[in-house]
Amino acid sequence: MSAPRKTFAFTPENLAEAKKIIAKYPAGRQASAVMPLLAIAQKQNDNLLTQAELEYVADMLGMAPIRVHEVASFYTMYNLKPAGKVQVQVCTTTPCWLRGSDQVVEACEKALGIHCGEVTADGKIGLIEVECLGACVNAPMLQIGDDYYEDLDAESARKLMEALKAGGVLKPGPQNGRKTSEPLGGATTLTSFPAEKA
Amino acid sequence: MALQDKDRIFTNLYGFQDFRLAGARKRGDWDNTKAILDLGRDAIIQQMKDSGLRGRGGAGFSAGLKWSFMPKKSDGRPHYLVVNADEGEPGTCKDRDIMRHDPHKLVEGCLIASFAIGANACYIYIRGEFAREAENLQTAIDEAYAAGLIGKNACGSGWDFDLYLHRGAGAYICGEETALIESLEGKKGQPRLKPPFPAGAGLYGCPTTVNNVETIAVAPTILRRGPAWFAGIGRQNNTGTKVFCISGHVNKPCNVEEEMGIPLKEIIERHAGGVRGGWDNLLAIIPGGSSVPVLPKAICDTVLMDFDSLRAQRSGLGTAAVIVMDKSTDIVKAIARLSKFYMHESCGQCTPCREGTGWMWRVMERMVRGDADIAEIDMLQEVTTQIDGHTICALGDAAAWPIQGLIRHFRPEMERRIAERRGLKQAAE
Repeated sequence: MSAPRKTFAFTPENLAEAKKIIAKYPAGRQASAVMPLLAIAQKQNDNLLTQAELEYVADMLGMAPIRVHEVASFYTMYNLKPAGKVQVQVCTTTPCWLRGSDQVVEACEKALGIHCGEVTADGKIGLIEVECLGACVNAPMLQIGDDYYEDLDAESARKLMEALKAGGVLKPGPQNGRKTSEPLGGATTLTSFPAEKA
Repeated sequence: MALQDKDRIFTNLYGFQDFRLAGARKRGDWDNTKAILDLGRDAIIQQMKDSGLRGRGGAGFSAGLKWSFMPKKSDGRPHYLVVNADEGEPGTCKDRDIMRHDPHKLVEGCLIASFAIGANACYIYIRGEFAREAENLQTAIDEAYAAGLIGKNACGSGWDFDLYLHRGAGAYICGEETALIESLEGKKGQPRLKPPFPAGAGLYGCPTTVNNVETIAVAPTILRRGPAWFAGIGRQNNTGTKVFCISGHVNKPCNVEEEMGIPLKEIIERHAGGVRGGWDNLLAIIPGGSSVPVLPKAICDTVLMDFDSLRAQRSGLGTAAVIVMDKSTDIVKAIARLSKFYMHESCGQCTPCREGTGWMWRVMERMVRGDADIAEIDMLQEVTTQIDGHTICALGDAAAWPIQGLIRHFRPEMERRIAERRGLKQAAE
């Protein structure tokens, strides 16, 4: 006989969050909540969606499980195979490639001891190449969890990976000293609006 | 003359100031929004038309005209505004800055645009990877609710307005408006055939307008300062200001808000520190995001950055994402990488795109190595025309155009590689 099926249920906090999300959509249109609910389920389940999570979300939204599976398999952010508890996603589309994403990929692979598409032996860190993440003026860049790490080169990427492996604190954003998307060394516009402490 | 700060809309583009409500109010957001709503639907739409604002998502369609397509009276179905914040066109990262640094401009714009199209609800569809941007935007939405700026009787206007943030999950195709609607309904993001157009049957089968983040976020300032102000910037039919994203081989990549119609060379030299190694080291530029055809240096020398100027050069303004490539660039590889992107992002619905994007990428990879026959360049060109215009949505076109641009301007380089490889082969034999 097969092993007992794994079951899944939202934590009380996630359930409350899910209910808040479902309420954003008109009555009878709760299927609209499938994407955010899958995202919550994946986060709760260590960055992985299995049949149990898909069926749980389907049941909650009154959807056929196959419809939920269609969604989960269509969008790249859902992991139907183990992708590591923490995922390092390196953008390699042309704007990042022009500024050295090949070197960033190489540095990450070397520091983590895995290739793109693989997960470290302890299952903690996954590394993948992704398509444009929409931070092109801060290229090359990568994403870890919810944060972007920008203006990288081989050395800063290596340092990031070492810190990630060691469980250290990472500083998101540009790694070359600029604040956001202004020209390095100082903005050429908006100079009549002095910076203030946010 | 270059644009001055006083005429810039996104005065917190870089996040040097507070993005929250207090900071936004200091920058003029939410200043007597009720007076704008009191103009009434028709006057708001007329003023938007008068401003000449063309959609900032890539297609460049008149925003006011688009709003006017919505039914004047509801037939019982609710109307919706859907904001396309699924920014993912390679080279483009302007909406990101608007949402994380100036989110109240977008929230206020959502209220005004929704009112103008008779919508009591709006969904902002933000790409899933923009987690921090979604946090800031949600903060702004929550603040606006708490201050009575949106919600019941928004800004004391008598108009009820709800604004919801919806997070995507990684699919470039959802930036196509009907795919975005499908996705928002909880399905795979596969584009719908048009007609019916969203204004007739969009989200949940109801009249819907889909606009880009920047289009909506500039609306409050346009209405506050008047359409003549906006129309006075730029060139005829290409009016106003625009956030440009300058990436690639420049000394200082950046986002910057400038006047429409600014010369390409000027915007790069003035704001992005110039091309790496100097202007003469320039090879080519993709002027409007990955979907638009590449331009060689000779055209870049003089071309203006607006819809009509770039169209006249058989390229496009697109999202105004300027991707600069200097002479060290393997131009065939740069375009081949875009072919891989479109193959990855094809939704698989239409055969010419599903099969064609993969085929084009495989041929492009051989072109990178010169491992092809000269005749295959013509065949590649021919196949792009079999895809371009033969699919439900524009992704097929977007996949074809970069290759067409490459062949148009860099055919000698493609032929050189093929000849070189053949020469090496013969020498070895």
